[in-house]
Amino acid sequence: MKKFTWLMTVVVALSLILSACGPAATPTPAPVEKFRVAVVMPSAINDLAFSQSMYDALIRVQNEMGGPENFEIVYSENMFVVDDAAAALRDYASQGFDLVIGHGSQYGSSLQEIAPDFPDTSFAWGTTVDTFGLPNVFAYEAASDQGGYVNGVLAASLTTSNVIGVVGPIETGDAKLYVDGFKAGVAATNPAIQVNVNYIGSFSDVALASEAANTHISAGADVLTGTAQMVVGAIGKAEEAGALWFGTQSNQTSLAPSIVVASQVYHWEVVLDEMISMIKSGTLGGKSFVINLANGGEVIEYNPAYTFPAEAGALAEAAIEGIKNGSIKPLP
Amino acid sequence: MISDLFSVTVLVGILASGIRLATPYLYAAIGETFGQRSGVLNLGVEGQMLLGAFAAFYVALKTGNLGLAVFVALLVGAVMGLAMAFVTVNLHAQQGISGIGFYLFGLGLSDLLFQKMLGTVETVKGFPKVDIPFLSDIPGLGEIFFSQSILVYGAYLLVPVAWFVLNKTTLGLKIRSVGENPEAADSLGVSVAGIRYFTITLGGTLSGLAGASLSIGLLNVFQQNMTSGLGFIAVALVYFGGWRPWGVLGGALLFSMVNALQLWIQVLGIPIPSDIAVMMPYVLTILVLVASVSRVRAPSALTKSFERDE
Repeated sequence: MKKFTWLMTVVVALSLILSACGPAATPTPAPVEKFRVAVVMPSAINDLAFSQSMYDALIRVQNEMGGPENFEIVYSENMFVVDDAAAALRDYASQGFDLVIGHGSQYGSSLQEIAPDFPDTSFAWGTTVDTFGLPNVFAYEAASDQGGYVNGVLAASLTTSNVIGVVGPIETGDAKLYVDGFKAGVAATNPAIQVNVNYIGSFSDVALASEAANTHISAGADVLTGTAQMVVGAIGKAEEAGALWFGTQSNQTSLAPSIVVASQVYHWEVVLDEMISMIKSGTLGGKSFVINLANGGEVIEYNPAYTFPAEAGALAEAAIEGIKNGSIKPLP
Repeated sequence: MISDLFSVTVLVGILASGIRLATPYLYAAIGETFGQRSGVLNLGVEGQMLLGAFAAFYVALKTGNLGLAVFVALLVGAVMGLAMAFVTVNLHAQQGISGIGFYLFGLGLSDLLFQKMLGTVETVKGFPKVDIPFLSDIPGLGEIFFSQSILVYGAYLLVPVAWFVLNKTTLGLKIRSVGENPEAADSLGVSVAGIRYFTITLGGTLSGLAGASLSIGLLNVFQQNMTSGLGFIAVALVYFGGWRPWGVLGGALLFSMVNALQLWIQVLGIPIPSDIAVMMPYVLTILVLVASVSRVRAPSALTKSFERDE
């Protein structure tokens, strides 16, 4: 029994150390005017993908609003355990933040439970359109099919083998939307091109994602794309084989400057700005937002170090314009 | 469509992928085999792998010296192994729970170090593919077996070495006797604590190498929690392989080949939902495990700590 007690002490001590490793969420007593945002994310703020897109956007909003004195950001990252995330969301809400964001569709049911307990706090979650009919919940999503379509158009005009590979996580939500948009863009440009899609069943298995990229390359692909944070392994394999890469969610050029052609980058600040001004004027929720190419929430960022033929660029720009003015609909 | 699976390109692709995917499992599971044969279950493999992966990546990024990177990964794994040995052998802690503690420690610490020392996902120049002269020119077979990175070759060479040590040397005999009947081994003058210290430290060292094989051999990136369960599958493979190196090799290859197969099934557009496809390696592993469960017996003293009666 003694041993067991000792062991429990070790386990508890370890878990304390570990929880201390996470970024501390200590609120400082703030002047009345400061706007305070808390966000809970499923992966790391520097994942070059989904979580980073939100973190970068919050930082941009902070700069617009004049720095940390006017706009406070606290975050909990790597909250892949939904129960932990729910506890964090509740903590933030009870600390009186103006806006509490659950950045992941897995956090929806937790927010639905927590939000009614804090009627004076505004909540937001995504990617989704569902505000549960609650007056203090915002919802946001990305029309990732639009940037996917543009990436697809450009990919189709750059492939020479006419085989393109896609590495996806799980066939759902934002990832599926991007992949379907990408396929539509390729098909609209050149229906003869074969797009091979591979969902690896995980958002974190870097090894399997990289082997999926190897598989595409063996199957003849000379252009690859993929979505979610585990694709960093796949980008490396594309670079080794000299295949081109198209990114999404965040700008992935830094990982392989010689082969990344373009990335669809999420600028959530478009949505955040609107939410913040609504909250300031007293509306705490009930609205859902979409970022897309037209409202500037999605931007195709080209890699300046990679040059492609002008015709290809013109096709991509035409696709962007077409989607913006509604003449092209990526998905029926 | 299904017939596409039997083309040479696809078969070669599946086998070459499977060989690569099995590499980290082999290092980690062979290390774990030594520990379990001496009676210690180490569930901290995943944490040791993560720290090894980070250490190797960081050293390779900062110095460009891959040899040094591997050495540091081995060292980090060994230190983690020593700590585990101290907790289970000297303090007689319950092995399963302390292993999970070490896993969480490795997960948290590697994440923290990554945040503080790197801050963002970067790539590094890892071990290149090494073509073995003449052999790599054999059509098909060359690409599968003789055109891989040096850490891949190392993992497969480890299997016969581990078999030899466990079955043909005095050290192996001591390890097995400590795992079967520590009281008897002790009465014959074998140091139970010494042997267990050795096997657990060896296991940690090899787990560190398993991590390095990912971060500077196969993937050349480091990301938080990048092992995503590989370490636990490695522990399962030890049971699967019946605590024998060749069995572990068979299990690792089976699991990895089926994983490679399901990647190709999706690429070839064979109409199986992706959710079913990604389940295949796990389902097959469970089926084989069920079919073979009575074949071998676990080391009798597995998970039992040893205290000499005096």
